[in-house]
Amino acid sequence: MLLSLRDVIKTYPASSAAVLRGVSLDLGRGEMLALTGESGSGKSTLLHLIGGLDTADEGVVAVDGIDLTPLDDAGRAAIRRGKVGVIFQQFNLIPSLTVAANIAFQARLASRHDKERDEGLIDRLGLREHLHKYPEQLSGGQQQRVAIARTLAPQPDLVLADEPTGNLDEATADTVLTVLQDLVAQTGAGLILVTHSQRLAARLPRRLHLQGGRLA
Amino acid sequence: MTGVILSALASHWRRSPLQLLTLLLGLALATALWSGVQAINAEARASYASAAGTLGEGQFAQIMASDGSPLPQQTYTALRRAGWLVSPVIEGRFGPVQIVGLEPLTAPGGLGPVSVDGGGDLAAFLSGSGQIFARADTLARLPDTGVPGVVAPDVAPDTAITDIGLAQRLLDRPGQIDRMVVLPDQPVTRRPLAEVAPGLRLAAPQDGGDVAQLTDSFHLNLTAFGLLSFAVGLFIVHGAIGLAFEQRRAMVRTLRALGAPLQRLILVMAVELAVLALVAGTIGVALGYVIAAALLPDVAATLRGLYGAEVSGQMTLRPTWWLSGLAIALVGTAVAASGALWSLARMPLLGGAHPRAFSMSHRHRGKSLLALALLLAAAAMAVWGKGLMAGFVMLGALLIGGALTLPPLLTLLLASAEKRAKAPVTQWFWADTRQQVPGLSLALMALMLAMAANVGVSTMVSSFRLTFVGFLDQRLASELYVRVEDPAQAAAIIAAAADHADAVLPLLSADLEIAGRQAEILGVRDHATYRDNWQFLRASPDVWDRLAEGDGVLVNEQMYRRAGLDLGADVALGQGVSLPVLGIYGDYGNPAGQVIVTEDLFRSLFPDVIPQQFGLRVDPDQVTTLRDRLRDEAGVPVSAMIDQAAVKAASLAIFERTFTVTTALNVLTLAIAGFAILMSLLTLAGMRLPQLAPVWALGLTRRRLAALDLLRTLLLAALTGAVALLLGLALAWALLAVVNVEAFGWRLPMYLFPLDYLRLGLLALLAAAVAALWPAWRLSRTPPAQLLGVFRNER
Repeated sequence: MLLSLRDVIKTYPASSAAVLRGVSLDLGRGEMLALTGESGSGKSTLLHLIGGLDTADEGVVAVDGIDLTPLDDAGRAAIRRGKVGVIFQQFNLIPSLTVAANIAFQARLASRHDKERDEGLIDRLGLREHLHKYPEQLSGGQQQRVAIARTLAPQPDLVLADEPTGNLDEATADTVLTVLQDLVAQTGAGLILVTHSQRLAARLPRRLHLQGGRLA
Repeated sequence: MTGVILSALASHWRRSPLQLLTLLLGLALATALWSGVQAINAEARASYASAAGTLGEGQFAQIMASDGSPLPQQTYTALRRAGWLVSPVIEGRFGPVQIVGLEPLTAPGGLGPVSVDGGGDLAAFLSGSGQIFARADTLARLPDTGVPGVVAPDVAPDTAITDIGLAQRLLDRPGQIDRMVVLPDQPVTRRPLAEVAPGLRLAAPQDGGDVAQLTDSFHLNLTAFGLLSFAVGLFIVHGAIGLAFEQRRAMVRTLRALGAPLQRLILVMAVELAVLALVAGTIGVALGYVIAAALLPDVAATLRGLYGAEVSGQMTLRPTWWLSGLAIALVGTAVAASGALWSLARMPLLGGAHPRAFSMSHRHRGKSLLALALLLAAAAMAVWGKGLMAGFVMLGALLIGGALTLPPLLTLLLASAEKRAKAPVTQWFWADTRQQVPGLSLALMALMLAMAANVGVSTMVSSFRLTFVGFLDQRLASELYVRVEDPAQAAAIIAAAADHADAVLPLLSADLEIAGRQAEILGVRDHATYRDNWQFLRASPDVWDRLAEGDGVLVNEQMYRRAGLDLGADVALGQGVSLPVLGIYGDYGNPAGQVIVTEDLFRSLFPDVIPQQFGLRVDPDQVTTLRDRLRDEAGVPVSAMIDQAAVKAASLAIFERTFTVTTALNVLTLAIAGFAILMSLLTLAGMRLPQLAPVWALGLTRRRLAALDLLRTLLLAALTGAVALLLGLALAWALLAVVNVEAFGWRLPMYLFPLDYLRLGLLALLAAAVAALWPAWRLSRTPPAQLLGVFRNER
């Protein structure tokens, strides 16, 4: 099993109620899952726990058999480098690096850089003419495509996409999601897509709804 | 992985070269000022050490005539025969060079020309066959001696060393010596000094007029200035590093989200900063060398003129100096960056996604409390602190506390103005200005420290000048001073001056132990010269009348402070004579204690001592005539007569050179502060667009916004200047009344120079205006599309 969550509980110090109240979930290799829910339902929190960006208060979050909860900062960083790729809603590109450098960055960080794979992603995502530009010179859709290329370049086992089309118009969002699905399918990775949009969620084979900190 | 992280971090500098320039230049300039001042100090101290090594001053006990007159060479022979291990020395001017004649076989090891650059024949020197050792520049100025000159870099500046026989011949003083150096280990069987040669005095080591002691005041103040300059630079570096870290917060978060471990990230950032610090430090040390080389001739002239200390006007590149320059750059960067690195280390991975307003990192309340605590600590140190260290701690607390007070104080003032504003634009102007304070606070603090340093040091130096000029008027009241060689010449001088001078005032002096301390006792004649010119720090009523009647003594400030001899305290003068203190006078630049008694009392205490100098009162127009008469009738060489007016003019000229040094350092410090403002404004300009775009959209033109920005900077600079004036005056007081007293035992009175402060304020406003002009011009030319971009969230 690529991802296994068991009775995960998470509470933030600032809030009295738990954001996640015993979430359990399994995801196999090559499986694609859409996670929907209202604002504040805990979607992003769940994604952060799976991505090793945050730690659960209770329960087990295991990626490829490795429980992330007891890992220290360096251990969780290694998981983020080697096994999980996160696509953020705000893109989080490095503003001082060119598009080409941004795409290669995470793969280089994980010591998995493959120039040919980069070239394939660049062509597939239509970024060829923007390679020497900086993020600030791109539109939102173009920036999100760079973020997708950066995440897929090191070929992670699991791709987490946090509202990747939240800042895009409907047409661009459709295109971006199509490309993302195709590329993830090619690599055989698992995909969890967090979205508000029922329309986009409907395009994925498996859908879960998070409500009041529990999966419905 | 490290390389990948480093390349991402470095890409920030490639995209923000201005910020990199700020960081490098800020650190380089701070290091330059610090290392420049240190280089000057090191060069001067090396010259003193060299002088002490050459002349034997301070290191060894000395034997000399009680009245300071030359000794016959036979006295030396008599002492050697009586078992004394002594070595003769003769000194004198030969053209522009001080000739020191030594006896090579008996001189202690450290006295001779220790190393020569090549071509020197030490055997020839030891055998007395004639060689003369000096620095290359001294040899070039030396008149023809008839013997070969040998380059010896260890010899003091403007000094040449040779065999005593040759020195006697060059100085035309055959068979004479000036003093004898006493070797440290003496045979116990030697006969007592008084028995072998009466009328001689044995001076202990450090009692020979150590020039370093006299010049310490000058160097202490230079070092304090260097520290202040470095503190100003440190604020700039702190600002630049803080801004760089602030702007890279999002990148750091992304790097961590992509899998870069926090520890590695911090380590790489620390290494990156260390490399930048080394680069900037190297530039700074090079700049410091240039500053020192430019200022050293003036410093050398000041030290030579004020204290008679010979300092080479040429710089030497000393490894300890440039290594310490690099070290201070590294330490400064570490201090400036520690807070930012600590904040990054604690930054949660999922928090602070966007660069916070730079301002947010500066919490007012905590800093206000810290500022208050530091100012209270400074006040406590001023009242209860003891010792030089306490003085410096007080200075540090005062400066940092004062600097930290600035942002909350400005915020308070601007908020108060905002409340009173009626018109909408005025209200926005005050509110917006208040909003800019945190972002500009480090640059404004740098400006304030620079201005405070200017005010403090200028007040101190100017007070020193006024006091010193007054002191010269007091001490050089006579129109002509004549040095005496022997009793016969003294009688001839009195006879020759009798008809032409209004008064002939003998100046008698001897060494004496008073209250357990070595001191100088002076005997003066009761005359209007003293009554009219001498100023007392404290005195009893009718002080001169009572002194003339032998009812008491006068003591200098050093004696009063160190021996606790206040008014009325009894001073034991030996031979059962004990008299109360009638007055305390300022005696600036003199490290030793001094006591003044009447001429009659002095002669009864020291019947063998003859006057070594006479002060002659005469109509200033008649000085030249009297000089000629003394030369012709009493055989007094021209070099033994000192014209009071010439000495005063020379002293004032020396002060002007001192001012050249302090003015240059002042201008440099202020320029650095102006540079800090420019860099802060430029780096903040990008962050300002979201604040300005709505006001622009509501109807203010870009030109007007730019004008208001310029006005805002001038206003902040003016307010900063007002606070800096107060801090600068406090700094001057601390230097004059606390540090100087703790270090040297005398307190300088503090004078105020309002015109100088006004000039400085205008200069600071000019620096701020120059710094604000370019960012304002850029704002006035900002394309509307860029302003509109703020609303499209596409910046």
